Amino acid sequence: MSALLLADLTVFTLALLVGFEVISKVPATLHTPLMSGANAIHGVVIVGVMLLAASVSSWTGYVLLAVAAFFAAMNVAGGYLVTDRMLAMFRSRS
Amino acid sequence: MSAFGTVTHLVYVACATAFVIGLHLMNTPATARRGNQVSAGGMAVAIVTTLVVLVHDGGVDAYAAWALGIGAAGGAVAGLVAARVVRMTAMPQLVSLFNAVGGGAAALIALGHRPASTAAEVTGVLDVLIGAVTFSGSLIAAGKLAGRVPGRPLVVPYGRLASLILALSSITFAVLFVAFGGGTWALTGIAVAALIAGVLLTLPIGGADMPVVISLLNACTGTAVAMAGFVLESTPLIIAGALVGAAGAILTKLMADAMNRPIGAIIAGGYGTGDAVAVAAGGTQQVREVTVDDAAIQLAYAGKVVIVPGYGLAAAQAQHEAVALAQALTERGVEVSYAIHPVAGRMPGHMNVLLAEANAPYEQLQDLEESNPGFARTDVALVIGANDVTNPAARRPGNPVSGMPILDVDRARSVIVIKRSLGHGYAGIDNELYTDPRTAMLFADAKAGLAALLSGLHAYA
Repeated sequence: MSALLLADLTVFTLALLVGFEVISKVPATLHTPLMSGANAIHGVVIVGVMLLAASVSSWTGYVLLAVAAFFAAMNVAGGYLVTDRMLAMFRSRS
Repeated sequence: MSAFGTVTHLVYVACATAFVIGLHLMNTPATARRGNQVSAGGMAVAIVTTLVVLVHDGGVDAYAAWALGIGAAGGAVAGLVAARVVRMTAMPQLVSLFNAVGGGAAALIALGHRPASTAAEVTGVLDVLIGAVTFSGSLIAAGKLAGRVPGRPLVVPYGRLASLILALSSITFAVLFVAFGGGTWALTGIAVAALIAGVLLTLPIGGADMPVVISLLNACTGTAVAMAGFVLESTPLIIAGALVGAAGAILTKLMADAMNRPIGAIIAGGYGTGDAVAVAAGGTQQVREVTVDDAAIQLAYAGKVVIVPGYGLAAAQAQHEAVALAQALTERGVEVSYAIHPVAGRMPGHMNVLLAEANAPYEQLQDLEESNPGFARTDVALVIGANDVTNPAARRPGNPVSGMPILDVDRARSVIVIKRSLGHGYAGIDNELYTDPRTAMLFADAKAGLAALLSGLHAYA
């Protein structure tokens, strides 16, 4: 097993633990926005699609890349905007 | 590692930190919006950094650059427009759609990338498998919430046998791919099997359980993205994917607990639609009906009115009518508040979003703990399309709603229930509140009923 893979596995495990801990006692009011916010974060897949662009060189590859880019960009852009719209409606209690 | 590589890696670590801090800030209402902005900022930096890396390395040919650019631009516009114009009542299915395309993109990465090692092959198989299940599953979930796919649990003939066959063929393809050098065709086989499996797994689950399912699929997408990170050896994907996978799993548990539903039972399916199905309550117990005018007069001369909004209000999109009625009552000097159950609406927390959209004053919105002590002092509790969350049977053991936290509506001096029929909630049992002598039923669609009450208020009181 390569050192790089071991490092990646370590990072993966620790990130899982951080994910378990970062969500604590969330009021039910925020369940939907929080889910939507987490949904936007996995839009980071757009970074992966961009890296994929460096390794495709066939027509099927280009088509695959374009579809993946469409999907990922939709996830990340729409995800953040719809979360923001939801949260904009929670005015602070004053 | 080159200086450039070191710098970009550190920037990615900073972005991952922004995601963690953002998620943490989203735990409380006061900082939630800022949390999302911190997370979005981290994402923007990650994307720009990747662009710099691509230009620096110069490995992208012209066709790939165009495919990436056109695809990303189209997707961004589609996502922004959809997020901009969506009505807040339709928001749950939009989140599910965004989740679907995220899973699809993760699966496509493994399909398009030639794996460099055995580890990359194994994680690639997992990426395609999880990503494709999430893609089709989330689309079905979105369709169920939007009403395009029937919300009731759909029993697929030989569904279990089909799932078993799909699982076995996925394993076969996976072995062929990893151990025997099977190429893209083996991965494609896994993708096809997983797409069908996603449909088969989601169809038998009722519409009312969809929020929990979407949350679960959201966690799956996170995991698929982390697997894509292993395939590409990209740290930001591994960190953010694992983060969402774990946070999504916890959130799924929290949501299932709030709805009083075990996760295992939800996945097994076959339970409830959440739609008001017109099933006669049956039995001998009488319900008392009230006319719109009588109900309007009763409300107008009450000292304290508590509005209890439920799924029926969300489904009928009657939040504006409810707030207009509350405002008219407030102007007459009636003390008005909203009692919001944690799982009222189409998703946990959804009701707060809807009422806030209709400009309900924040101080009138009360949660379960705040509102329950007040019911004894309440003259009229106005229940709008809420069912199981008001059923006093929850206080007794031995029925499907036992132990579920409920709003103590039955302790109010009188109760008016606006509902289309005596249909069951998704627990599938009679609501004892409706046959309580102090309860009067106003059979109407939430939107039409509230509008009629408002005009009745103006005409007679």
